[in-house]
Amino acid sequence: MRKLPLWLKLAAGATFAFLYVPLLVVVAYSFNDSRLNAEWVGFTFAWYRVLFNDAEMLLAARNSLFIALVASTCATILGTLAGLAIHRYRPRWLPLLVITPVAMPEILLGVSLLVFFIQVLHLTLGLLSVVLAHITFSIGFVAIIVRARLAGMDESIFEAARDLGASPWQTFRLVTFPLILPAVVAGFLMSFTLSIDDFVITFFTAGVGVSTLPLQIYSMIKIAVTPEVNAVSTLLMLLTLVLVVVASRLDKGFMKGGE
Amino acid sequence: MRGTLFETDKFPPPPLCKRGEKGTRWAITAPPTLFLLAFFLAPALIVVLASFQYPGEFGGLAPLLDAGDGREHGLTLENYQFFFSDFLFTEILLRSFLVAAASTLICLLLAYPVAWLIAKSPRQHRDFLVLLVILPFASNFLIRVYAWMIILGPQAALARLLNGVLGAFGLEPVSLLFSPFAVLVGMVYVHLPFMILPLYTNLEKHDPVLLDAAQDLGANAWQRFWRVTWPLSLPGVFSGSALVFIPVLGMFAIPDILGGTRDMLIGNLIKDQFLGVRDWPFGATLSIVLTLCVLSLAGLAAWAGRRRRGEQ
Repeated sequence: MRKLPLWLKLAAGATFAFLYVPLLVVVAYSFNDSRLNAEWVGFTFAWYRVLFNDAEMLLAARNSLFIALVASTCATILGTLAGLAIHRYRPRWLPLLVITPVAMPEILLGVSLLVFFIQVLHLTLGLLSVVLAHITFSIGFVAIIVRARLAGMDESIFEAARDLGASPWQTFRLVTFPLILPAVVAGFLMSFTLSIDDFVITFFTAGVGVSTLPLQIYSMIKIAVTPEVNAVSTLLMLLTLVLVVVASRLDKGFMKGGE
Repeated sequence: MRGTLFETDKFPPPPLCKRGEKGTRWAITAPPTLFLLAFFLAPALIVVLASFQYPGEFGGLAPLLDAGDGREHGLTLENYQFFFSDFLFTEILLRSFLVAAASTLICLLLAYPVAWLIAKSPRQHRDFLVLLVILPFASNFLIRVYAWMIILGPQAALARLLNGVLGAFGLEPVSLLFSPFAVLVGMVYVHLPFMILPLYTNLEKHDPVLLDAAQDLGANAWQRFWRVTWPLSLPGVFSGSALVFIPVLGMFAIPDILGGTRDMLIGNLIKDQFLGVRDWPFGATLSIVLTLCVLSLAGLAAWAGRRRRGEQ
């Protein structure tokens, strides 16, 4: 194997530092005993105490969890069906319908849903509109993950099940579903992460009635930055870190969605 | 990029069974199709329609049919005419393209060494290195932008150091935050993994024998890269570029947080029409303009991909 030149290793190392240092700065300042994110003063848990006494933030966290649970459950069901349909029946338009919401700039889906909810459905923006919006952009990710898993499987096992007299439903329940289950769970975790992290589409579909963690963080960044933002960011990072590591353990094809 | 997702298959699809298959097919295909028709296609078509409507009296849209009260109604081309009437709008669109192009180029320069390093690492380390790339990208988008607000802030070490040096030379202090520079840093930071991952997937597939052959034929390191690796990596470069360029083109949050008032991009303009000045029809027009830009870029990328495949 060819040896890598030193400058290449240094360049790659610098890029990894570029990826990680900003996040470490956020974490470090969440323990800093100062109102300003400028100088290290001393260690404190004060910002976490502030955070857990912030009623608005706690409500936003509850909304975020509720939205993410409902939206990712629905998106997992619909996305799994879409993945199965695309694999088995090769529909012409479904792949395009599934991928386009993911491939377009997020703002376009955000504003189109805003206009649609208000002008056509006459819906008051709130939890329901946010959940529907999140399902729309999550279906594609689940479908891609499930589809990738199906594409890597040997069809002869399904034929074997049929030859042994299994009905289509039995084949699905006893053979297909157990085999795609890791991909389904990875898809669920992926859409959960996407939902709990989404800012742009939520920004347009939440209206004034409902706040989520990212919306709350945004308003704090725009109006008055305190290290409480660092504290909530650190906890949120910890949560997504766990979710992503679990999802990537479950399914190797998990991150191939970006291809 | 879209093609590869659904095209390559290790195994051919199963032969369709006749008995009861139609009902099963309907039960599997209909729910996601109907949901996306209702919540993706229908809203998209409504925006097309809205771009030809008049604004409502209190925001929203004016009615399509005459309500008999003398107010504006029906369809109009005025919104599109308005877009072209003031060069300011075209300028904002061009600036968005410029920022997207610059971000894509910087991402490519930063991503190539990393993707190369991962692809050339021992197999057992690769998954871990890929996870290292994914992890920061999995943390919340706003947090990653906010991190740069801290680092580039006027009281942070970086700005004080820079302004100390500038001051020593008798120059005016500069602001790192709320500048085009900050916007570019944020754009690159947020989208970098989208460039690294497709590049890596491509580079990983290259056969090392090709480089050995080039070396035996007398190619130096630069020639081996430029004549062998680079042309082979172009599909990865194209899909990575699309994954960076397109979201940057529509981004409003990064200029909103890290940029100054003069760093407005097309995304900020769209946001303002819907949530600020509440001129929905013009916002819809801007969305259509952005959509057309994205679609022509995707078409261009697909065409370039086909042409390359035709050559080989």
